Amino acid sequence: MKAEDIPLIRRIIRRNKRIELLFVVAGFVALLMGVLTFVALFAQMAWAGWERITPDFFTNFPSRRAAQAGILSAWVGSLLVMLVTAISAVPLGVAAGVYLEEYAPKNLLTDIIEINVTNLAGVPSIVYGLLALGVFVYTFGFGQSILSAGLTLGLLILPVVIVATRESIRSIPLHIREAAYGLGATRWQVTRDHIVPYSLPGIMTGVIIGMSRAIGETAPIITIGALTFIAFLPDAPVGPEFPWVNFEWLKSGFTVMPIQMFNWTSRPEEAFQQNAAAAGFILVLMTLAMNAVSIWIRYHVRKDIKW
Amino acid sequence: MVSVATMQMSEQPVAGTAVQAGTASGEARNPNSSETTARTGAGVPVKASVENFSFYYGDFKALKSISMPVHEKRVTALIGPSGCGKSTLLRTFNRMHDLYPGNRYDGTIRLHPDNTNLLDPAVDPIEVRMRIGMVFQKPNPFPKSIYENVAYGLRIRGERNRSVIDDRVREALRGAALWSEVEHRLHDPATALSGGQQQRLCIARCLATQPEVLLFDEPTSALDPIATASIEELIHELRDKVTILIVTHNMQQAARVSDYTAYMYLGELMEFGETNQIFVNPKRKETEDYITGRFG
Repeated sequence: MKAEDIPLIRRIIRRNKRIELLFVVAGFVALLMGVLTFVALFAQMAWAGWERITPDFFTNFPSRRAAQAGILSAWVGSLLVMLVTAISAVPLGVAAGVYLEEYAPKNLLTDIIEINVTNLAGVPSIVYGLLALGVFVYTFGFGQSILSAGLTLGLLILPVVIVATRESIRSIPLHIREAAYGLGATRWQVTRDHIVPYSLPGIMTGVIIGMSRAIGETAPIITIGALTFIAFLPDAPVGPEFPWVNFEWLKSGFTVMPIQMFNWTSRPEEAFQQNAAAAGFILVLMTLAMNAVSIWIRYHVRKDIKW
Repeated sequence: MVSVATMQMSEQPVAGTAVQAGTASGEARNPNSSETTARTGAGVPVKASVENFSFYYGDFKALKSISMPVHEKRVTALIGPSGCGKSTLLRTFNRMHDLYPGNRYDGTIRLHPDNTNLLDPAVDPIEVRMRIGMVFQKPNPFPKSIYENVAYGLRIRGERNRSVIDDRVREALRGAALWSEVEHRLHDPATALSGGQQQRLCIARCLATQPEVLLFDEPTSALDPIATASIEELIHELRDKVTILIVTHNMQQAARVSDYTAYMYLGELMEFGETNQIFVNPKRKETEDYITGRFG
């Protein structure tokens, strides 16, 4: 390069960097839009509901008097419904994902199933509600119960679990499989000893993402007929007497956090709006806590699994 | 580690000269030379024989009617330019191709003394893999502990006795020259080991189940020179105990570690013979061109 070219080169570099700066600014603004919207919503709920967040709020049943109303039946209901959701969706989703990835022959039928699973993830949740109303509530006779709600949300997150399982399995490198097969392992041994354990952190992350979506779902739960005013708790799933577990709670009527919120926001009194904000704040915290767990798994459990 | 390295380093130039010089007698140049008379020749039994073996990836004929012996408790090297099919041939020995659709075999590979045809559809590939171990190009320990890696082959064979597993793990790690480096951290993750240690762990993993044949698919191509030297040293130690088949890109390595060499080109076996003869006095012009670096 000639010496007189150097200023020219420098000008070009400066111009290129200005263009880059433009993108950095635009990208940062785009990022802020998302983050600020969330922070504003969250802060507004916290501000509006702050006074109501007392220990009593968690231990009181809903009431006609706003000041005495609490979310006991709602958070217990949400927890139990989530339990059923997890217990139904995780084994089904993981088994389906493992089968599709490891066992299913690659042909037209599996291609169609694959496309269907992906599409299921995009089906509006109200459709799942209608399906569940027909199948679980009436045909199977589960009634308007925790069981019906849990299975409905289980169906809803099933595609998410299947996709997470498959993606997680696909990230296991070929040479790890070959190592196991090379020692004379059967397909089941490879699946049981390697594929599933190594993809578990990814699967769990997917499950939690699905669950944090399910915990906020309202439409399908309303469709199957959740109660909006409920002043009792389901039977405890575990008890002090033999056989220590009972399944009566599955048949119990219930409400969940978003429905409790929905109920309060439809009341005219200002004080109930405050309750709704407080419940919303707690619900978001529950979701954030679940996401925190999934982040924790990503960073701490996954670090032992590398190739 | 250091002593192994220096020893190997002093060997390297010797073997290197042999390859470059090409024509002179091999006696002074091949580090194996003093033993070659005993290690090769008419009396060496055959462990496996490849007969008229062809291999197809879909419609593509990757290997064309290969026939060659694999001698018992000897090291046989497969050399040749990229894409010549040497890895394909090696992976056939434990039916790795069965894992992927569209592959087809033709011909036989007989394992002696029982004369089992490894390629017979009636022979379960799992049985073949239990008899023949494989070490891969990239070290591929499982993301489990060092101990569990070595124990895995025993576990899938149904071994439950803790003390038997302990003994075999120790024995295998000793056999792979890794024991002294890991004996105090058997339960640490295997992935924390260095690349060369990982590869020796993979060798130990195979040794634990006492395979009849050990396959090495370019075992040192992902390793630094010192780790490479220690793997070669290990192959030297193992060759009296197990039949070894090794694919390598590195001709000096083939000259250093093997008793027999097969030169392959475009899916054909061009020449098979004692390593000394192949490197010093190749019968075919193509072989000579390849090993002297004029081609490939």
